[in-house]
Amino acid sequence: MRELIWLIPLIPLLSSVTLMLAGSRLPRLLIGITGVGSVGLAALLTLATGLDFLANPEIFQLTLWTWIQVGSFAPGVAFYFDGLTLVMMSVITGVGFLIHLFSTEFMEQDESYARYFAYLNMFVAAMLVLVMADNLLLLYLGWEGVGVCSYLLVGFWYQNSANGQAARKAFIVTRIGDTAMALGLFLLFTELGTLDIQAMVGIANETWQVGDNIPLIACLLLLAGAVGKSAQLPLHTWLPDAMAGPTPVSALIHAATMVTAGVYLIARTHGLFLLAPEAMMAVAVIGIATTLMAAFTALMQSDIKRILAYSTISQIGYMFLALGVGAWTAGIFHLMTHAFFKALLFLGSGAIIHCLHHEHNIFKMGGLRTRMPVTFWSFMIGSAALAALPMTSGFFSKDQILLQAYQMPGMGPWLWLAGLLGALLTAIYSFRLVFVVFFGGAKTEPDKDTGWRMALPLTVLCGLSLIGGYFIIPVQDVFPVGSGDHPAHWVEYVSISVPLFGVLLAYLIFHTGQLRVDSLVNSRIGKTLGQFWLSGWGIDWLYDRLFVRPYYALSGMLKSEPVDAIYGLIVAINQTFNHWLSVTQTGRMRWYIVSMVFGLVVLLTLALQISPEVL
Amino acid sequence: MDGLNIPLNHILLVSSLLFAIGMMGLMIRRNIIFILMSLEVMLNSAALAFVAAGAHWGQPDGQIVFMLILTVAAAEVAVGLGLVLQVQKRFKTLDMDHANRMRG
Repeated sequence: MRELIWLIPLIPLLSSVTLMLAGSRLPRLLIGITGVGSVGLAALLTLATGLDFLANPEIFQLTLWTWIQVGSFAPGVAFYFDGLTLVMMSVITGVGFLIHLFSTEFMEQDESYARYFAYLNMFVAAMLVLVMADNLLLLYLGWEGVGVCSYLLVGFWYQNSANGQAARKAFIVTRIGDTAMALGLFLLFTELGTLDIQAMVGIANETWQVGDNIPLIACLLLLAGAVGKSAQLPLHTWLPDAMAGPTPVSALIHAATMVTAGVYLIARTHGLFLLAPEAMMAVAVIGIATTLMAAFTALMQSDIKRILAYSTISQIGYMFLALGVGAWTAGIFHLMTHAFFKALLFLGSGAIIHCLHHEHNIFKMGGLRTRMPVTFWSFMIGSAALAALPMTSGFFSKDQILLQAYQMPGMGPWLWLAGLLGALLTAIYSFRLVFVVFFGGAKTEPDKDTGWRMALPLTVLCGLSLIGGYFIIPVQDVFPVGSGDHPAHWVEYVSISVPLFGVLLAYLIFHTGQLRVDSLVNSRIGKTLGQFWLSGWGIDWLYDRLFVRPYYALSGMLKSEPVDAIYGLIVAINQTFNHWLSVTQTGRMRWYIVSMVFGLVVLLTLALQISPEVL
Repeated sequence: MDGLNIPLNHILLVSSLLFAIGMMGLMIRRNIIFILMSLEVMLNSAALAFVAAGAHWGQPDGQIVFMLILTVAAAEVAVGLGLVLQVQKRFKTLDMDHANRMRG
């Protein structure tokens, strides 16, 4: 079975190519079957491989061929299969399949049906290559592949130029991180002589000591790549704008899989990060800062997808926190549960948007509880898991992260406190969404309810969001084992009760209205702060002033080509002389004769002056 | 050659004068026929200088070149008069200042 894992990325790729070449000539039903079926087939193969692996957990490597051979540099097209790969592949193909199925109904009316599935399948293939890659170069191929697909899908409705703008922003901002990551790969190769991940970590442990400078630089460069892809501070600004794409795309790419690629990268190269404690500290600090920043921003948004986008940024911040404190397993576990409940929430919001005439503003919704029951329950369960209410999947993963953060020596309790604040905010904003959208009076009537192709993925994801916390991910051989100590019980009790308190707050403020916050919100500080949070802490504004406008000004200056002006001057001088000379060409013969005589006289005079002896 | 011993300088002076007259005519005249006549004058001034020089040195070359110049002048007049006819036909005038289509 394991010899066939190369089929798993190949099937969606073939389907993608088929749809690209022949998509416009195929009937819609066939397009849907090809697009969904290929990912379904990949999911089945992953399932079979996974069962095989669980029965006989042996790390497996498969080299298909040598990709490039230049001297000692010979990265192969090779796959590496262990527990971490299995978790990622299951998420990608499993959640991916559900989202594909959902898309067939969501995109039903779209004229570019085949193009959509071609991109989406290509994305799945690239993402699978990313997580299955044996060496960092192949990983980078997948990394860029998903970036391209993200660009194509964010700008899917390209007739609206704002979508194109959002797509470009997503591409360019992540490109900044990717460039840093490429530099990191160069550094690692020059220092270690290989890009093969397992070999690299082995050599690194032999050549470097903990705390050396080179692993620190390499890890920081890799971290920059991860930060760009996973939308963490300071490169997170592309993700809220990336919501311009179709909603299932947001669910698949910008919530469940691609944005967690950075988490995967750090987890995969954790052997290097363990050599650079400062880099791990940077990961933790970036994670917690992003968590809080995004949570505060999500509190103020009114666009349903933007709330979820900031929530995604915030949750990935938790994963980074987990990685930074060395809770690798908890980070990957949260990645998986987050994929379940965030895909669920995004698909739920997609269902609302689909049935509510493309309405995005939550304050124009309301009372959808009875009208869209499936979606309502999806949102309830998804939000409960997002807020980490007890017994949901998000509870188990987030709890682990917070407890392990608490145990970190040094600033652990502070990270824990900040994480708790993030959890409180998460509970408030997610249930604010639920109460505003599903309770209260109806403001917009849905014109249809969800069909089975939407309801089925929602139901399955509901189940996964509920029971996902009981899964045991098979990564015990991948990551070093933690201390296993448990902090004092009160820490755990506080961690559990904070989200509940958040939900209560949201209930009192947004549902019953017993807790009046108007005076707080309308005070001067409240207004300023609210505006500040609404704008995403002014970071977009700042980047616009710092980078975008100077760039435009510079290109405006260069548009007139100042260097070319030198050559332009030469041309102008020549043209002037030409003009003067052409004036003398009057066409009058007498003028010519006079000039000739004059010239002759001058020449003769000169000649006689120089050599008078000819006379 | 006795009795008619004109110094070479005088002849060259006449020749130069003739040349200058021809050139002035060439420069100030507009009528193409007069221009051609001025050209003839210039050619003949040169021919005179050749003949005088040949006589002075006692060489036949001057007279040979005179023959050549005579031939050139005849050819020139033949072509020139042909051009005159063409100019008259095209521009309905013999004023060369009107034939200035090749101005820059």
